Amino acid sequence: MTPEPFTRLHETRRHFLGRTSAGLGIAALASLLGPPPSLAASTAKATGSHFAPRARRVIWLTQAGAPSQLDLFDHKPKLKARFREELPESVRGGQRLTGMTSGQKSFPVAPSLFEFRPHGESGTWLSETLPHTAGVADELCVIRSMHTEAINHDPAMTFLQTGHPIAGRPALGAWLSYGLGSENHNLPTFVVMISRPGGPTNAQPLHERMWGAGFLPSEHQGVRFSPGRDPVLFLSNPPGITDARRRAMLDDLGTLNRMKFEDYQDPEIQTRISQYELAYRMQAAVPDLTDFSNEPKSILDLYGPEAGKPGTFAANCLLARRLAERDVRFIQLYHRGWDQHDNLPSGIRSQCRDTDQPSAALIQDLRQRGLLDDTLVIWGGEFGRTVFSQGTLSSDNFGRDHHPRCFSLWMAGGGIRGGQVFGETDDYSYNIVRDPVHVHDLNATILHCLGLDHERLTYRHLGRDFRLTDIHGTVVKPILT
Amino acid sequence: MVSAPGFAPPYRATIHLPAVNMLLARLLPIVLGMRLAAGPVAVAAAPGVEVDGDLPAANSAAKLRNSIPHPASSGAGRQPHWAFVRPERPAVPSVHSPARRSANPIDAFIVARLSGLEIAPSREAERATLIRRVTLDLTGLPPDPEEVRAYLTDATPGAFERVVDRLLASPHFGERMAQDWLDAARFADTNGYQVDRDRELWAWRDWVIGAFNRNLPFNRFTLEQLAGDLLPAATRDQRVATGFHRNHMINEEGGIIPEEFLAEYCADRVETTATVWMGLTFNCARCHDHKYDPFSQRDYYSLLAFFHNVTEKGVGDYAANIRRSTPPFLKVENPGLESILGARRTELDAAEKELARSHQSLLNGMADWEHLARAATPEWLGARLREATLKDKGLRLPVTGDWIDVPAPVGASTVSLVFPLPTSGLTALRLELDAIPQSASPPPQPAITALRLRRLAVAPAESAVIPLHAASLPDTAAVDDLALALDQKDETAWKVRITPGSPSAGWVLCHAPSESSSDTLELELVLAPGGSTTPWRCRLLTTALPADLLLPVDIRSLLEQTNTHRSAEEQTRLVDFRKSRTPEHQSLTRRVADLKSQVDAADLAIPVTLVMEEMETPRPTFILKRGAYDRPAESVSSATPGALPPFPAELPRNRLGLAQWLTDPAHPLTARVTVNRLWQTVFGTGLVRTTEDFGTQGDPPSHPELLDWLATEFVESGWDVKAFVRLLVTSATYRQDSRCSADQRARDPENRLLARGPRHRLPAEAIRDQALALSGLLVTSLGGPSVKPYHPPGLYEQVVAGSSASTYVQDHGSSLYRRTLYTYWKRSVPNPALLMFDMPFRESCAVRRARTSTPLQALNLLNDPTFVEAARGLAQRMMREGGSRPESRLDFGFRLATARHPQPEELEVLVRGYHRSVADFRADPRAAADLLSVGESVADPALDPSELAACTTAAGLLLNLDEVITRE
Repeated sequence: MTPEPFTRLHETRRHFLGRTSAGLGIAALASLLGPPPSLAASTAKATGSHFAPRARRVIWLTQAGAPSQLDLFDHKPKLKARFREELPESVRGGQRLTGMTSGQKSFPVAPSLFEFRPHGESGTWLSETLPHTAGVADELCVIRSMHTEAINHDPAMTFLQTGHPIAGRPALGAWLSYGLGSENHNLPTFVVMISRPGGPTNAQPLHERMWGAGFLPSEHQGVRFSPGRDPVLFLSNPPGITDARRRAMLDDLGTLNRMKFEDYQDPEIQTRISQYELAYRMQAAVPDLTDFSNEPKSILDLYGPEAGKPGTFAANCLLARRLAERDVRFIQLYHRGWDQHDNLPSGIRSQCRDTDQPSAALIQDLRQRGLLDDTLVIWGGEFGRTVFSQGTLSSDNFGRDHHPRCFSLWMAGGGIRGGQVFGETDDYSYNIVRDPVHVHDLNATILHCLGLDHERLTYRHLGRDFRLTDIHGTVVKPILT
Repeated sequence: MVSAPGFAPPYRATIHLPAVNMLLARLLPIVLGMRLAAGPVAVAAAPGVEVDGDLPAANSAAKLRNSIPHPASSGAGRQPHWAFVRPERPAVPSVHSPARRSANPIDAFIVARLSGLEIAPSREAERATLIRRVTLDLTGLPPDPEEVRAYLTDATPGAFERVVDRLLASPHFGERMAQDWLDAARFADTNGYQVDRDRELWAWRDWVIGAFNRNLPFNRFTLEQLAGDLLPAATRDQRVATGFHRNHMINEEGGIIPEEFLAEYCADRVETTATVWMGLTFNCARCHDHKYDPFSQRDYYSLLAFFHNVTEKGVGDYAANIRRSTPPFLKVENPGLESILGARRTELDAAEKELARSHQSLLNGMADWEHLARAATPEWLGARLREATLKDKGLRLPVTGDWIDVPAPVGASTVSLVFPLPTSGLTALRLELDAIPQSASPPPQPAITALRLRRLAVAPAESAVIPLHAASLPDTAAVDDLALALDQKDETAWKVRITPGSPSAGWVLCHAPSESSSDTLELELVLAPGGSTTPWRCRLLTTALPADLLLPVDIRSLLEQTNTHRSAEEQTRLVDFRKSRTPEHQSLTRRVADLKSQVDAADLAIPVTLVMEEMETPRPTFILKRGAYDRPAESVSSATPGALPPFPAELPRNRLGLAQWLTDPAHPLTARVTVNRLWQTVFGTGLVRTTEDFGTQGDPPSHPELLDWLATEFVESGWDVKAFVRLLVTSATYRQDSRCSADQRARDPENRLLARGPRHRLPAEAIRDQALALSGLLVTSLGGPSVKPYHPPGLYEQVVAGSSASTYVQDHGSSLYRRTLYTYWKRSVPNPALLMFDMPFRESCAVRRARTSTPLQALNLLNDPTFVEAARGLAQRMMREGGSRPESRLDFGFRLATARHPQPEELEVLVRGYHRSVADFRADPRAAADLLSVGESVADPALDPSELAACTTAAGLLLNLDEVITRE
């Protein structure tokens, strides 16, 4: 979409309002000038918070498939000398394995092939595969002591998103939509964007439930934005229907619905009228959002060569910034393809080519616009990977199996103290030896940054009050500002 | 529903989220969440659940019953929670309300409570409203104009009851009732986890529709679905019914531990059974004793034990065809495909018998054969070549005697050898390769060349190709190497070492053409690139000795032993050799193999449906510590919860007994929970609003005595579902106008007292079905595999497994217009439009849907091709059936959509819009054509495009009207 038709659209709307003021009732006019009544109340800023929030929105850069902590964040220099040594049983400690390696006769140590170096003033150690991330190292809090419950992708991703391994609970974004409501009247509160790997790697499937509303009212469900003609489903008018035709039809529809309301006095009719107006505004707001033509070349370059290619992780990162600017509450990106059971070195390089530069660019871009202070950014996957090789280990190739006992992710922005590393694993990055952070703790901390007490954000369902963190979770205070 | 125990107990604030508005929905958790710091403790301290805070209960008895303390929190003299006590049939209140027709006992209960509050019930709705309401409620479809006209003009008593009876007899009644049951049963077309492949359970779905249509009593409906397989002489239909408890998700992910997911499937069955029949949140007792209701963890696993004995695997077999991935299953009745399978099986049986006979005759002839074979020596004759050429180079090769000289290097090339069919016959060809004798110079180094036998054919036609089979002789290459010469792959070949003075040879079996117009054969050899650098020579020999007498060295040495010295295994090898060299036996063997694969294919072509099937020896069941599959504690056997009526000793301790226990008239929950759900289907909200929770944390009933009266009435009627639905919809309560005064709204915003008719948005299925029906596009055939109507592109591609593209392949033709309950439901990427209108994900049991109102719904109804095409269909009907004037056409369309005539001011809006649109489209015919092109059905070319486009716009408006997507 070029800017020109959008300008025209504005004019149409002004024209419409001018006409409406003469033709329709005052109440109708008011509902069009302001946000719809049912949404207006929920937009009173931060009234939903339990205490002063540090962040007003979240961008969750979910790395689906589980990136290897050993090759990105968790530097284990002593492993080089242990190449092909059997992982000591004392370290493995009878840990459950997946059916993919439980039949393996040996568990040879596979040190990372990548060089690690300290970066920034903080001296955060990062792998050479993350050169751009290294450039924003001082903004990041790298947590090396994440751990989770599930060992297979589907339950683990469901757990990361909903705090429960079995389908049916609301996703974090749905909880935030429910707890805090929207700050934007023309866009959904919870937006999801998905990118496929650029390289030939193993991409695990995702399920709509991962951004579902569970037992919360379905309006809190994440809305998937897709590349292409309709970023939001059914956004475009059908062929032959111009904006003017749509507007005229909606005017008539509103008139008839208001007559119905006069007769029946059902407030649901008013809600419906508001929702049609909101839909109409979304038809303009979304193309405006996804139109990158007003982004200077320097910004596109910052996000890298794929920034202009809809549907890539880079384009989604830039869109995430634009959504953040528009005060969308929860922006969730999924980048798939981190499941390196084999050919890990080349697979990781390819995944980092997709994600490193755009992720770092997003941090820089948010920072330079003053948005990073109240935007919480999280980067990570559903579990970690094993230090031992899955399949054949050679000097330049190997794979790694699933590992729920420890993994790494980073957080940055609103409420998080950058330039630190939190938590520690043993010499094999197999077990956590200091400051474990469970997925429930992570979620409690995210809610805390948004001014919500995870123990008090509840929803009554099946006779009990449900929480995102179930009956667990502790806010990880040391990583906060 | 949020309770606020911080207020003076017993008090409960009741807020219905969608009905109030989203403001409350958004503020509630914040306002009340803070007061609920320690939810469970605080709630348990205020168990005296009271009816709607600002509405004092009309009936003190009801009040008493609802104030019964929680069993866990009260001391001596504890009384059980109301829902756990068998309902007693209350007397119907006598109501003095001369202005009201007390159509049936329901009204007496409703009016009794209203009159206590001095609230007057509403008048009966207009007939047009009423017939649209009841038709949508009972069939999920709108009434057609003829049905509306008939009812409006029927002045005789019982007109409405006749409409109801007609609807109850309609096959669409079963479809409508099935929709809610599919939610409860978590029905879907895919397995749900990870790769989320397709599964087949539509035959079960069709069973449900049929059961409602033939009015199978609810106790029988229960019995067959929970335990149809355990009935004596269970029919196929009864076994299909047990698919109910195979609707849970099934994992096919590689690397999972089957026991873990088996535990999950059984837990799902417990949760579903407890929710659907008993309104219990039994899942709470999976990891620990229930916090609020009197159910222990032992109760949970004892109930689970009923469902733990199914011949299922914890993991689907991803390598298998989906029809066989997740046993147990049953073939769906399909006479056509079954007869094809039967025919293939008959053929296979015959062929197998013939093969056995051939086997026997070979066995019988072994002694004779051995005698012959021992004596036989192949006589290899030169092929008497007529021509030897390097085909691609057009080069004739010199022939000396039988030997052909091959120059070196030749590179990749094709050698053609043309020779006459030997008069004595042909059973095998032998190719010998040798170095060219050079008497003068020292013998050259051994060279290697690689070749393939491309084909043997009748020349020159090149059509009759003669099959070749690898074989070997004592002095020749191994069979495996020769096989490489015959596999017709460019990258493999027979590598021959050419050693001076010691020819290499290979020979192949062939079957000479039985009848040939030509007696000339052509053999083509392909020489691989990079062959020998020195010239070499080769010759071709033939023999006519029968193939079963051409003996490889191992067979010959076996023959040397007398048969008394041979082991059974050696004897078998001899027989097998002879079989392999007997063409008739070989072709029989091939035929049997071919028929076997045909039988397999015919077998796979028959749709299946997942069913329950009991193991011969039950699996042991254990209490699982904290619900973890790998932490078993004490073992338990199947038993029902202690807080509910005892399990009769005479019933079998299996699913059959469980189903009978559930539907015993003494059971306090099943009838109440069921009538409440049916009430919800018809009235939009249950008497107990928490349809899924009748425990102490659930909502109390708005009309406890009515609930009990209905429950006992239902049981006494013989669990007659149609009679019960008839009772509900013929009540005056149901027939009330749904208009609402400000006073009514203030006193009872949620209409729990039912002083007015309920008004609410249609369910997802009805919104689409209605649009299709109004457009004339709806295809009303019942049942069958799920269909794939229009669907936005690109949704699967983003999220499905692997790097390969997987996509939604849309159907065409009538499948686009089937009723929505037949729409394919993929759990990982459910149909987005239906999801927007609050269809549950179908991953677990759901007995109550949200009713939201969102902008995405508006976008869907405005822009989804489904609705744009339906609008055009409706417009065509308006133009064809609605007269010639715009006013009459718009009136007709409005009547189709709402069952009533528009008010003059409504019609005026439509007419004005229509004239504007016609002028607009006349000026922009391209736009009209574009709009009319949406959808796969073709616009009626006889209609003026501008008028049709304008009518389509008007029809689209009608389909978006609040009144149209609402039943009022």
